[in-house]
Amino acid sequence: MNYLLFLPEFLLVILAFVVMSLDLFLKPQSKAISAYVSAAGLLVVMASVLTLRGQETQLYGGLFLVDGYALFFKFFFLALGIFIVLTSADYVKKYLTHPGEYYGIILFSVLGMMVMTAAGELLTAYIGLELLSFSLYVLSSYATDNAKSNEAGTKYILLGALSTALLLYGLSLIYGLVGTTSFEGVASALGAEGGNRLAIIVSLVLVIAGFGIKIAAVPFHMWAPDVYEGSPLPITAYISVASKAAGFALALRIFAAAFLPVVGEWRGILIALSALTMTVGNLVALAQKNIKRLLAYSSIGQSGYLLMGLAAVTADSSNIAANGILLHLAGYGASNLAAFVSIIAYFNLTGKEDISDFAGLAERAPLVALTLSVALFSLAGLPFFAGFTTKFYLFTAAAREGLLWLVTLAVVNSLISLYYYLMVIKQMYINPPAEPSRLRMPYLLNSLLVVLIVIVFIIGIYPAPLVRAIEGATRALFLS
Amino acid sequence: MVSATAGSICLLLSLYVFINYRYTIGGYQFTDQYPWLKGLGVSWHVGVDGISTPMVLLTGIVMFSGVFISWNINKRTKDFFILLLTLVTGVYGVFVSLDLFFLFFFYELAVLPMYLLIGVWGASSTFPTFARTKEYGALKLTLYLVAGSVLVWVALLAVYVQAGINSFDILELQKLGYPQGFQYLFYLFFMIGFGILAGLWPFHTWSPDGHVAAPTAVSMLHAGVLMKLGAYGIIRVGMGLFPEGAQTWAPALLILGTINVVYGAISAMAQRDLKYVIGYSSVSHMGYVLMGFATLKVVGVNGAVLQMFSHGIMTALFFALVGVVYDRAHVRDIGIFEGIAKRMGTTAAFFTVAGLTSLGLPGLSGFVAELLVFVGTFQTNVFFGILGVIGAALTAVYILRLLSKVFFGPLSPRWEKLTDATKLETFAMGVLVAVLIFVGVYPMPFMRIIDSGVVPLIGRLLTVA
Repeated sequence: MNYLLFLPEFLLVILAFVVMSLDLFLKPQSKAISAYVSAAGLLVVMASVLTLRGQETQLYGGLFLVDGYALFFKFFFLALGIFIVLTSADYVKKYLTHPGEYYGIILFSVLGMMVMTAAGELLTAYIGLELLSFSLYVLSSYATDNAKSNEAGTKYILLGALSTALLLYGLSLIYGLVGTTSFEGVASALGAEGGNRLAIIVSLVLVIAGFGIKIAAVPFHMWAPDVYEGSPLPITAYISVASKAAGFALALRIFAAAFLPVVGEWRGILIALSALTMTVGNLVALAQKNIKRLLAYSSIGQSGYLLMGLAAVTADSSNIAANGILLHLAGYGASNLAAFVSIIAYFNLTGKEDISDFAGLAERAPLVALTLSVALFSLAGLPFFAGFTTKFYLFTAAAREGLLWLVTLAVVNSLISLYYYLMVIKQMYINPPAEPSRLRMPYLLNSLLVVLIVIVFIIGIYPAPLVRAIEGATRALFLS
Repeated sequence: MVSATAGSICLLLSLYVFINYRYTIGGYQFTDQYPWLKGLGVSWHVGVDGISTPMVLLTGIVMFSGVFISWNINKRTKDFFILLLTLVTGVYGVFVSLDLFFLFFFYELAVLPMYLLIGVWGASSTFPTFARTKEYGALKLTLYLVAGSVLVWVALLAVYVQAGINSFDILELQKLGYPQGFQYLFYLFFMIGFGILAGLWPFHTWSPDGHVAAPTAVSMLHAGVLMKLGAYGIIRVGMGLFPEGAQTWAPALLILGTINVVYGAISAMAQRDLKYVIGYSSVSHMGYVLMGFATLKVVGVNGAVLQMFSHGIMTALFFALVGVVYDRAHVRDIGIFEGIAKRMGTTAAFFTVAGLTSLGLPGLSGFVAELLVFVGTFQTNVFFGILGVIGAALTAVYILRLLSKVFFGPLSPRWEKLTDATKLETFAMGVLVAVLIFVGVYPMPFMRIIDSGVVPLIGRLLTVA
């Protein structure tokens, strides 16, 4: 067996322990170094992922897959980890304690996501999911002296536990039905099985509900706004992208690789869930006053679009729907991250996070205002930015699978979302600032902002390389 | 300065395209194609035909003039020109795209900067009975236009799915036939979706409100060029893809277009604010374009396309002039002005030219265009032809009244200190005036090119019938 295939995971575990124990030896004033150590380490792990490119194999008889799909997402999550770690640097110094554990837990959560995407059977996937979830529970309540953060953590752990329970129950029913947990085995057993549709439907419903909570689909979305609001800002950014991307990465793999034979049973559920999620998310977002809550609801809306893509995955389709999901996840990830990094930059200097506090930001901190506008326009799906291209791709894919009416609803929802994004942009560009002083942004955050803007533009204007990478990734998905 | 250079280069390039377009050959020229997303069938495919060539030239001229008229913008100048150039990029893009994806991409791109352009650099106005803030104007405009693009987007995807050839290329999609019911439904989507941008009644109300709130150059580009995008979308995408749909809905378009003409003219008569007058006159004149399309005859559509060009130049001139007057007087209420021609000679002269074009005086571009539209309409339906002519008469009423009230007559002492347009402004507007007169006196170069684009389009329409 080739242990080199485990290289990224091994390196990441080592890195996490190094960062955590390093903390013990550092003087209080130099503890901030953990962030840079983590970022540098993650870069090394990324490089190790690249060395595995083109591998198409599995370990432990299919427990653990090393294929294009897993590698694509590993790369995605590691890049995300780097951004989160670097964004946290100033924030942690200012608002949080115990930086070593903080970064260590982030690294473990990245590991959890990597395991999730590489899982070839239900239980491995479940273990990865739990590693991610527990890390996030801890991180969301990390501001121990902040009541809201504690509330967020409690709420998250309670609902998260519920979702895990539902998911696990669903998975156990499936195991009971087919007698195996490997995706391939489940697929062939479900394909052959004629009887007991009720049991299949019940277990699918449970699995979907479990995932629904993770990706904040309506009606399982209640935790999202409170957790988003209460968690430390970098963690909110992390949850909004990581939890969603990992949830969809795993869901897509399970539904495409294991449950595809019974697509008729789950397609309708996902369609209904998608319609509900995008509509409720966008409508409720209209009423929000706090920027974190606004983005929470907006990201619920985005889940709705992604669910539409998931519902468009069918047996006879080319991979276009799966491509659409991956592409939109990448676009959404970059845009949402850009939005959050700008909010963090502003919050670090002022401690404010209501939408009305952003008045006149264009004059006080032009780059932050520009990034936030680019991010919001991109989330709204306007051209030049990632959101337009990725949404167009995803919607086209769904339309091709016969979901034109759902696409119509999604397009109308995009219009609604534009309205509330414009309200934020209006504050920044049109309304006069409360205090005219210019804000000085730290060098690191400024460069992160520039990098994110560039990424959002590149995905928007020249997506061909990314799409090629994604096509390679999804090919693995349907072969297995 | 950079913008001025860019504007000049754009104008020169547009002129180059216009002069070098070979109308004898017709079809699409200056084409370029490059696959962009193969899996989705999107390719970068651009080119111009007889319909888009004049539009490209129009964009070049209005943009050139608009940059010079905004010379005195001092607030965040750089941002203003960045957004303005983005807007123009979008407009050019729509006119040259032969791929539905990119057409839609640029269409949205042209809408995107409007909100900020109006919201930041616009002006709120208070009227005796109501107030219109710039935020209101900006938001209304953006939401209307994006609502229109919702329809367009859905229809695009429907076409893509229905065609089933995994391509967004307009030329490829045109070759296919679509089922009748499908055409009926989605032509309507295109007609209303693009129609909103073209100021189609009853979805026109964003236009006067938006124009009033917008800064001068933005009003110019917006009324002059952006509204033409809507009309262009109807003819290129709607009529190009769905000949039968176009025939079915032609009567409806004719009725709505006529309402546009008459309703717009009557509304313009009732306005007291100079910008609202011009705003509603735009609605009225876009009505002629829609009427021309609805005739489905070569002569009418020719007239409509020429009207798009002529109205674009004319309305840009109007807004530039209103901007010049407002910069000095700081009011736009018609009732307050009296005889300012004595102090603003050039402005008054230019306004007169624009006004006479607007009411269709022979020798100016508006005459040729409206005449062709009327000929087409009379051949189709005499009743609507008469209504159209009545609309032109109403235009004469409000334009002449405005001219005599504001510019001519005895000078009111309040306006003793008014100064005329600066040299730069005169230059910017002079370009527009020159074009209006040139097209009015010698429309042949335009007609030849437009004709070469319209004939095949109508030809396809008729073969289906």
